[in-house]
Amino acid sequence: MQLDEEIEDKFELNISITNPEKVGDGMNAYMAYKVSTQTTLPMFRSKTFTVRRRFSDFLGLYEKLSDKHTLNGYIVPPPPEKSIMGMTKVKVGKEDNSSAEFVERRRAALERYLQRVVFHPSLLQDPDVRECVCVCALSGAGFLKMINRATDSLSKMTIKMNESDVWFEEKLQEVEAEDQQLRKLHIMVDSLVGHRKELSVNTGGFAKSVAMLGSSEDNTALSRALSQLAEVEDKMEQLHQEQAASDSFCFAELLADYIRLLGSVRASFDQRMKTWQRWQDAQNMLQKKRETEAKLLWANKPDKLQQAKDDITEWEAKVTQYERDFDRVSATVRKEVLRFEKEKARDFKKQIIKYLESLLQSQQQLIKYWEAFLPEAKAIA
Amino acid sequence: MMQEGLDDGPDFLSEEDRGPRAVNVDLQTDATLQVDISDALSERDKVKFTVHTKSTLPNFKQNEFSVVRQHEEFIWLHDSFVENEEYAGYIIPPAPPRPDFDASREKLQKLGEGEGSMTKEEFTKMKQELEAEYLAIFKKTVAMHEVFLCRVAAHPVLRKDMNFHVFLEYNQDLSVRGKNKREKMEDFFKNVVKSADGVLVAGVKDVDDFFEHEKTFLLEYHNRVKDASSKSDRMIRSHKSAADDINRIASTLYTLGTQDSTDVCKFFLKVSELFEKTRKIEARVAADEDLKLADLLKYYLRESQAAKDLLYRRGRALVDYENANKALDKARAKNKDVLQAETSQQVCCQKFEKISESAKQELIDFKTRRVAAFRKNLVELAELELKHAKGNLQLLQSCVGVLKGDT
Repeated sequence: MQLDEEIEDKFELNISITNPEKVGDGMNAYMAYKVSTQTTLPMFRSKTFTVRRRFSDFLGLYEKLSDKHTLNGYIVPPPPEKSIMGMTKVKVGKEDNSSAEFVERRRAALERYLQRVVFHPSLLQDPDVRECVCVCALSGAGFLKMINRATDSLSKMTIKMNESDVWFEEKLQEVEAEDQQLRKLHIMVDSLVGHRKELSVNTGGFAKSVAMLGSSEDNTALSRALSQLAEVEDKMEQLHQEQAASDSFCFAELLADYIRLLGSVRASFDQRMKTWQRWQDAQNMLQKKRETEAKLLWANKPDKLQQAKDDITEWEAKVTQYERDFDRVSATVRKEVLRFEKEKARDFKKQIIKYLESLLQSQQQLIKYWEAFLPEAKAIA
Repeated sequence: MMQEGLDDGPDFLSEEDRGPRAVNVDLQTDATLQVDISDALSERDKVKFTVHTKSTLPNFKQNEFSVVRQHEEFIWLHDSFVENEEYAGYIIPPAPPRPDFDASREKLQKLGEGEGSMTKEEFTKMKQELEAEYLAIFKKTVAMHEVFLCRVAAHPVLRKDMNFHVFLEYNQDLSVRGKNKREKMEDFFKNVVKSADGVLVAGVKDVDDFFEHEKTFLLEYHNRVKDASSKSDRMIRSHKSAADDINRIASTLYTLGTQDSTDVCKFFLKVSELFEKTRKIEARVAADEDLKLADLLKYYLRESQAAKDLLYRRGRALVDYENANKALDKARAKNKDVLQAETSQQVCCQKFEKISESAKQELIDFKTRRVAAFRKNLVELAELELKHAKGNLQLLQSCVGVLKGDT
């Protein structure tokens, strides 16, 4: 039985990130988040525990995990993006809607990131992960090198593989096609968020305008109906605002996460290509060593012959090792991709259903508001 | 031939097609004179309206007849009413706005240019949408021209106007080529003088309480309707943009869904289908808000201006009357040209009293019409909003049910 199934069936593991708090002042200030874990996994000493972590701690965790596991073909979940503008607003102490939204978005993204890491059966075994959730703070250094590691080794690879296994080639193409579509979708959802926010503002403006019109109107019943209309539109302003938040948090963030994750998937494919290359290079080197030996035999130089024979033994071992590495990494990548696809399917379904339910609730509210208004309109005489 | 039928949704047409497509109600549609626009043709840069009349009045040669008219001819008719001193005491039905397809045409052109950069499905979809938009604007302009004619036909005095009958019956071109430059300049100065005068006249407190109240009311009301009209336009535009976004999202989800036949892909296809349907409803909501709210406000913006114009004319007549009184007193004091001054004063008095009498009735009728129109449109708006929200809700509920059941 797979390790993750074991976890899901036998043990509980709940992780949440809450209570963002500003620590310090001015440009050195940062946000600290509470990481709360509740679990029955035997690898942890307690059942419940909390720690405080900052954003750079999570980046540091990613760095460590990536260094250790990417070369083995694992898909290491990427952390949320660094945002200089977002953080500066928070540091400077701008207490407005957009900085509150930024902090909330970051908190939710960090939570999803950490959940993905701990629910990865292999990564959970890594001591750095455990340290992140239950011991004193990790070192904050290393966050300076924060470039998206996954994109470092992207498809700029000029390695041409003699792909014996067509599965990998097809999968990579699928991943690339999906990445393209998700990016497109993300742009459109962002556009929708923008327009809904605009709609909210404009509805508010209209509501005020109708209220003014109602107070000018000298027919009493019409005046009353117009002020009721103004109230409905006011409530609609609120509704559109909430809807825009849902568009953003449920939908846009999901897409952003997966665009980053697909980057990590590509990185694991690249890693497999690297190990293949290393194996090929070793084979070439072995060939060269054999040629050297042959030349030496022909040239009859017995003193250098032993060295040549040693070299051949060395490289034969390497070839075997690297071939085994390649096979191992290939198997890991394959397993990882299948796991990723399962998780992605589950994630998308869950989140999109949640999003649709929020749309549903909006409509229910809408119906309530207009049903209350209709008799007022009919009462105009 | 008017292009009937959007891709679906007979509702869009049904309300508008029955009888006068009017924002107004209580137009006495009595058998003696019924006017409507039975057909319309959109050509490159003009719209040709077929004005259809049914009448039992003896003035006309036949009982039923049609002519073709263009926008300029409507304006000519409107202006002839405004310039006619006899009608100074009436609210002149506001002229319909010029048909404006520029924006829509520009979009269609841009679409044609960008054809290469999108998939066939995307192109067809966008083309359908723009064509629907064009059709909607077309219907609106027809409705607005029709309302103008119906208002005239319903007015006890204006319906008898000679120019109106010529407009309805004369089956040749009225040759009312757009005003030439000089006439336009004269118009411009007339308006400037009027607004300066308007301030002057508005400053004089009216002895009559009714008119004093109406003056104050109309000035404020007109400004507020103007504001509400522009804010409603802005709101509806955002709504349309959001619906467009949902459309694009549906397309992209569809592409994602067709890449494979895994569970996730099937999921995407279902969600794409849902968004396709909900965005049609959203677009319909925006269109209905446009018709029932934005158009209503725009119309009353124009009518309240026409009512203000009536008050201005009365104000002018009052000033003239008062000046004539002063001149008469002066003449009597000097005992010079007294008869002339007396005649002049009488004329002014009669003019003022005639205007005041009909103006009072007109303003009362205006109120009645306004209240009835708002009632009709607000009720219809609420009913449509409810209908669409319920439709949306049902779609969402059934889709969520299916999706949850699948997992």
